[in-house]
Amino acid sequence: MVPHMYRVLSRRQDLADTVTLALAPIDGQIATPSIGQFNMLWAFGIGEAPISLAGVDDDVVTHTIRGVGAVTNALCAASEGDQIGVRGPYGTGWDLDGAMGRDILVVAGGLGLAPVRPIVTRLFARRADYGRAALLMGARDPESLLYRDELEAWRSRLDIEVEVTVDSAQRSWRGDVGVVTRLIDRAPVEAANTRAFVCGPEVMMRFCAQALVDLGVPPAEVFVSLERNMHCAVGHCGHCQLGSSFVCKDGPVLSWAEAEPLLRIRER
Amino acid sequence: MAFLVGADCLDEMIASLRSNGRTVIGPAVRDGVITHDQIESASELPLGWTEDQDGGRYRLVPTGTDERFAFSSPSTSWKRFLIPERTLLLRARRSNGTVAVVEPEPEAPSVAFFGIRSCDLVALGILDRVFLDSDATDPTYAARRPDVFIVAVGCNRPGNTCFCASMNTGPTPTSGYDLVVRELHSEEGTEYLVDVGSERGADLLAGLASRPAHEGDLQRADRAHETAVASMGRELRQDYVPLAALDPDHPRWDDVAERCLACGNCTMVCPTCFCSTTEESTDLSGTEAERWRVWDSCFSLDFTHLHGGSVRTSTKSRYRQWLLHKLVTWQDQFDTSGCVGCGRCITWCPVGIDLTAEIAALAVPAAATDLGGRDV
Ligand SMILES: Cc1cc2nc3c(=O)[nH]c(=O)nc-3n(C[C@H](O)[C@H](O)[C@H](O)COP(=O)(O)OP(=O)(O)OC[C@H]3O[C@@H](n4cnc5c(N)ncnc54)[C@H](O)[C@@H]3O)c2cc1C
Ligand code: SF4
Ligand code: SF4
Ligand code: FES
Repeated sequence: MVPHMYRVLSRRQDLADTVTLALAPIDGQIATPSIGQFNMLWAFGIGEAPISLAGVDDDVVTHTIRGVGAVTNALCAASEGDQIGVRGPYGTGWDLDGAMGRDILVVAGGLGLAPVRPIVTRLFARRADYGRAALLMGARDPESLLYRDELEAWRSRLDIEVEVTVDSAQRSWRGDVGVVTRLIDRAPVEAANTRAFVCGPEVMMRFCAQALVDLGVPPAEVFVSLERNMHCAVGHCGHCQLGSSFVCKDGPVLSWAEAEPLLRIRER
Repeated sequence: MAFLVGADCLDEMIASLRSNGRTVIGPAVRDGVITHDQIESASELPLGWTEDQDGGRYRLVPTGTDERFAFSSPSTSWKRFLIPERTLLLRARRSNGTVAVVEPEPEAPSVAFFGIRSCDLVALGILDRVFLDSDATDPTYAARRPDVFIVAVGCNRPGNTCFCASMNTGPTPTSGYDLVVRELHSEEGTEYLVDVGSERGADLLAGLASRPAHEGDLQRADRAHETAVASMGRELRQDYVPLAALDPDHPRWDDVAERCLACGNCTMVCPTCFCSTTEESTDLSGTEAERWRVWDSCFSLDFTHLHGGSVRTSTKSRYRQWLLHKLVTWQDQFDTSGCVGCGRCITWCPVGIDLTAEIAALAVPAAATDLGGRDV
């Protein structure tokens, strides 16, 4: 339960309230994470928050954090060279390796792009291992699009379809307007042979998972990443419970076949 | 093999445990209730006391006898000696931008639990599954638990809120102890049947005056057990519907939510409720920080707080989480029920909500009740 201290290697201000930190270990370090897992990041004297891995590169872990409260604001305020505690990695990851040879559909809403980013980078690295691939991205408005430069770079590659839509936009936006589920219907994949990874606000994941299932993707092949209050990340504090699941260790990544019955009951 | 000892022997047991450097924790009358506290001799045991427990009610009542274990569930459980209300998780110091973290050595006082009841003993076994899990062992719990010397006691007078018999967790301890003591009371006086559960239990008993138990002693103990089973105040009927099939949309949840104050008392007194939160603070200069683990309750609104609001906002959803966790999802998680039938949550609920009655009501299919439509 004791964090390893990491040093902020670089800090990038993504959006007004969102920052990406690259962290390098100082002495000890966490075990190598799988994509889709999360770490507990610790701001000295303030507290810890569960934050997904937005990237892993050798020893360096990357996290994208939106400041919404005491801990996340303190993390966002860190400067290069500052020290941040890291313990982890925790939870289940995105099983991309198990989908070799198949079509891949990645659907992200808002900040949900951060946890699925390692899927996209790995797809590029091993592009030949997979069939058709698409990233469908939804955001509130063009101004809140995360990783804009990276999205543009991904989009300019010809071996992955990248579609972006926003809920509302000024005239200057030439792209799609509308909810991300609309992009699912015209996704260039063969549904029955697709594995889908969905991350975003819970309502968005519900609608997307349903749209994917309606399209013909089997529920066991649709993966979502759930968010719950977490204090320990090891199944001891009880906060993250959802039915019989401890989201910190049985999740956060669950298949829709597992998640749908859990989310069916309101306020569970 | 069982032995018979006199009342003096209880005192010798406590003295012997103390001379081995153990702090002895046992039942004692404090502030008008029987609770668990440090005791120095058998004279502190609640001799001549029993309680009148009922939904939202607790009174000490004299027995007029010299029985020492004539009561049922003491007001507090034993969990606070293994997972204290507050545990220091880490201490850290920051100077010149460098943070040094120290994991405190867990405090592990050597203790004996003297007079732990069967239900509470089963509860320890349940907490073991949570905190001694091979994937994530809790350092404080792990430092304390294996060393605890356990003198269990059989229950002769279950309370009005007890239902261990229907949970299969009592009233007589069957395993997990070093010694088990059963009180044999009659007009002629009070004696104790002692059975050994471990080598260190045998060692302790070997130093004390005892005689091998006779067939008659064993029969008296068996009769006391039968009487205790028959006088169980409550019952959790599991034959209505399988608990796993309880309807999460049953109108009874709205009914209980109107009575429940969401105070969390039930979770605090429950011997198996283990949830916690964390608190972090710094000194005034901001150079020293501490992180503490503190008991928490699933009845608080903050418990499921997320950016954008809590998951369980209604009292209905929080009571349902608590009850279904205790009786249903716990089974999936830890391969055991989370309830041992100690009855504390009934006694200490300020409005007397009784989970056995709630289960009985929830077991009646919603369509068969006149409480109105289903909330889907
Ligand atoms: C698996 C997982 C992955 C996540 N990944 C990211 C990510 O990549 N980027 C990102 O910006 N956010 C992520 N979050 C959300 C992030 O953890 C919360 O925004 C953060 O915990 C809020 O803490 P706070 O103190 O800043 O906010 P506040 O809203 O001020 O918190 C108030 C209180 O609620 C508690 N609280 C609020 N949300 C949570 C929570 N989820 N867990 C525990 N306590 C909470 C705080 O401890 C505090 O006591 C993730 C959450 C989970 C569960
Ligand atoms: S739920 Fe109630 S009766 Fe069951 S173990 Fe907890 S306090 Fe005792
Ligand atoms: S059931 Fe009773 S003790 Fe438990 S939270 Fe509700 S009012 Fe409090
Ligand atoms: S975060 Fe503590 S049990 Fe899951």
